[in-house]
Amino acid sequence: MINLLPLFPVISLAGAFLIPLIGRNKKGVSDAITFICTLALFGLSIVSLFISKEKSLLVYSIGGWKPPLGICFVLDGLSAFMLVTLNIVSFLIAIYSISYMEKYTDKYKFYSLFMLMVAGMNGVILTGDIFNLFVFLEIASVASYALVAYGTEEEELEAAFKYAVMGTIASSFILLGIGLLYAYTSTLNMADLSGVIVAKGGGLLLPFVTVLFIAGFGIKSALVPFHAWLPDAHPSAPASISAMLSGVLIKILGIYSLSRILFNVFGVNKFTLLVLMVLGAISLLIGVFLAIGQWDFKRLLAYHSISQVGYIVLAIGLGTPLGILAGLFHLFNHSVFKSLLFLNSGAVEYATGTRDLKAMGGLRQRMPITATTSWIASMAISGVPPFNGFWSKLIIIIACVQSGRIGFAIVAVVGSILTLASFMKVQKYAFFGGLNKKFENIKEVPFCMQLSMYLFAIICIFAAVLLIPRISAYFINPAQEALLSGHRYAVMVLGGGKL
Amino acid sequence: MKKETGMTLIVKTVTRLTVGLILLFGIYIVLHGHLTPGGGFAGGVIIALSFIHLMLAFGKDIALKKLSQTRSAILESIGAILFLVISILGLLLSGVFFFNIFIHKGQPFSLFSAGIIPLANIAIAIKVGVGLFSIFIVLVVLQAIKKE
Amino acid sequence: MFIYFLCLILFCVGLYCALRRRNIIKIIIGLSIMEYAVNLFFILIGYRWQGRAPIEAADQNILRMVDPIPQALILTSIVIGLSVLALLVGIAIRIFEKFKTFDITKIKKLRG
Repeated sequence: MINLLPLFPVISLAGAFLIPLIGRNKKGVSDAITFICTLALFGLSIVSLFISKEKSLLVYSIGGWKPPLGICFVLDGLSAFMLVTLNIVSFLIAIYSISYMEKYTDKYKFYSLFMLMVAGMNGVILTGDIFNLFVFLEIASVASYALVAYGTEEEELEAAFKYAVMGTIASSFILLGIGLLYAYTSTLNMADLSGVIVAKGGGLLLPFVTVLFIAGFGIKSALVPFHAWLPDAHPSAPASISAMLSGVLIKILGIYSLSRILFNVFGVNKFTLLVLMVLGAISLLIGVFLAIGQWDFKRLLAYHSISQVGYIVLAIGLGTPLGILAGLFHLFNHSVFKSLLFLNSGAVEYATGTRDLKAMGGLRQRMPITATTSWIASMAISGVPPFNGFWSKLIIIIACVQSGRIGFAIVAVVGSILTLASFMKVQKYAFFGGLNKKFENIKEVPFCMQLSMYLFAIICIFAAVLLIPRISAYFINPAQEALLSGHRYAVMVLGGGKL
Repeated sequence: MKKETGMTLIVKTVTRLTVGLILLFGIYIVLHGHLTPGGGFAGGVIIALSFIHLMLAFGKDIALKKLSQTRSAILESIGAILFLVISILGLLLSGVFFFNIFIHKGQPFSLFSAGIIPLANIAIAIKVGVGLFSIFIVLVVLQAIKKE
Repeated sequence: MFIYFLCLILFCVGLYCALRRRNIIKIIIGLSIMEYAVNLFFILIGYRWQGRAPIEAADQNILRMVDPIPQALILTSIVIGLSVLALLVGIAIRIFEKFKTFDITKIKKLRG
């Protein structure tokens, strides 16, 4: 089954290139192609999960050129985990977009850009070569700049410009870091880089390149000194794009790439981990404090994204096995419930035409499904048992206490309480209370949007099941081991590990 | 009386003489991509430049008659799909970009050598050339709509 | 060593221009300068002492060539830079239509 790996970028790219050709004039053709492609990717990712459990590391060399000469695709536990997260979320959002994007023009252009973004992200997860990572990162980023500007209203253009400028600066930092690494080690393959760094030692270059990478990938994932583009870009985009950006893009392009490079290629030391933890804790607090005073629904959700990304980086920065497990599980949970929250806000905007919390009220009576799923997602993000957010936040706090960082644990608890407060505000103003006179005649949203929100809510309720040891041995534990194995990743890729 | 679009008569005459040569030069760079510097992207840019030269000298309408907007969008997608088909053909016979299953590696330094690379160069040149030209059309058409 | 420092100074000039200018077009020019500086850095890395261009020829015996990998990498990087530039210019034209100005201190609809 080794020919499975190149199918991930190939299927999504085929979808992206076929849609402008065929789906130009007839209605529904582009919807069908997108649906089939994302469904196929979802199925393939579940299959790859089982394969990676059996064989624990698969290497596929492109063109038959063996690494370190050629580019290779590597499937280990962490890649399988991120592939499943990405493809579930993109499949459900593609279903949602079938109805939601009716309000915009030229739907086939949207689907083409969407499939390009999915192709870029699939490539980032799978690749084992650092310049290939940069190329796929750029494909996904440029597609997302265009998608944020999709409606071409004033707000969207301003937000897209800010996002594009900051994203380009981030890519330049990353490319400069790659150039310095290539000059030092004269190889581009990640496994070979790791071997050379262990043999030659870091010297003065490695801290400099680490800082460049933390800056570059930190801008992409909106950690706190670099977060300024996110509160403008996520609200202005169409709701399915906000869900994709906040749910998967900032995590895959930012957190996954950073942790893959820092843990497997460079090898972490205590100082790097401390920097990550401090940045994570600051993002937590600032995100939540800025979110409480917001009255725009989507802007509040965007600030909460910053805060939850802070949780994930704090947990991964702990470096202990329990911490990494908690961080990865929280990554999966956040993708699911944050996407659900953004889809809810899109449904509210589709029905009522506004995003202002002060103007809404009592929507529960007219839009029951949206209100129920929104309540489930708000409980999940605030960390109320038995939803999935509770378990991941609990393990993060336990991991902090276990490694002796009581201060960070207190910060995490404070952040969680403030998150609960702001989501109580959202629920009260938007869904409960008396119905506003203007909204007497609104109806529930169309079927495709309801179906997608249902499925997300079901995953929210049952995701705690993933922690049971028999199931987590398939899903999360391989990911945790892949990050913890550090330099052994390189030995396995270059030595054995291929079919 | 029809308005004179484009530039002066001298520019139009010189353009009429040289545009074909620029296109030919671009195709030469694409086809010899595995022997001399250049390849798909650089040759594609030169091909796009020949069309843009036509547009700059004669005005937008005559250039659009040569290559209209919908036709350039379709050609662009065809270029991309051609590249994907070349890579999938290798995949079906194991290995994503595999060389000498159906194309000989040939002698070094001759024109018909180096396996799949010339075909990939042609696909990239089609996509890049037509893509750059359609970016230029969009920028010009936007300006024209605004002036009306 | 001196050449690499000059290249990084060019990168910092581009970064300064992208950060401190108020006109949108000047910000775009600053971003382009940054990208060209990084491409230049890559090529400078590939230089080998008294090497020549990395092209085989049938009738010559070549002793030393410069490194061809950075040249392939920056081809890709130039294409990416071109596409980002095209997108930014398109967005800038649309911004001018809606806001009637290129000054970023006046384009401030999103606050808070």
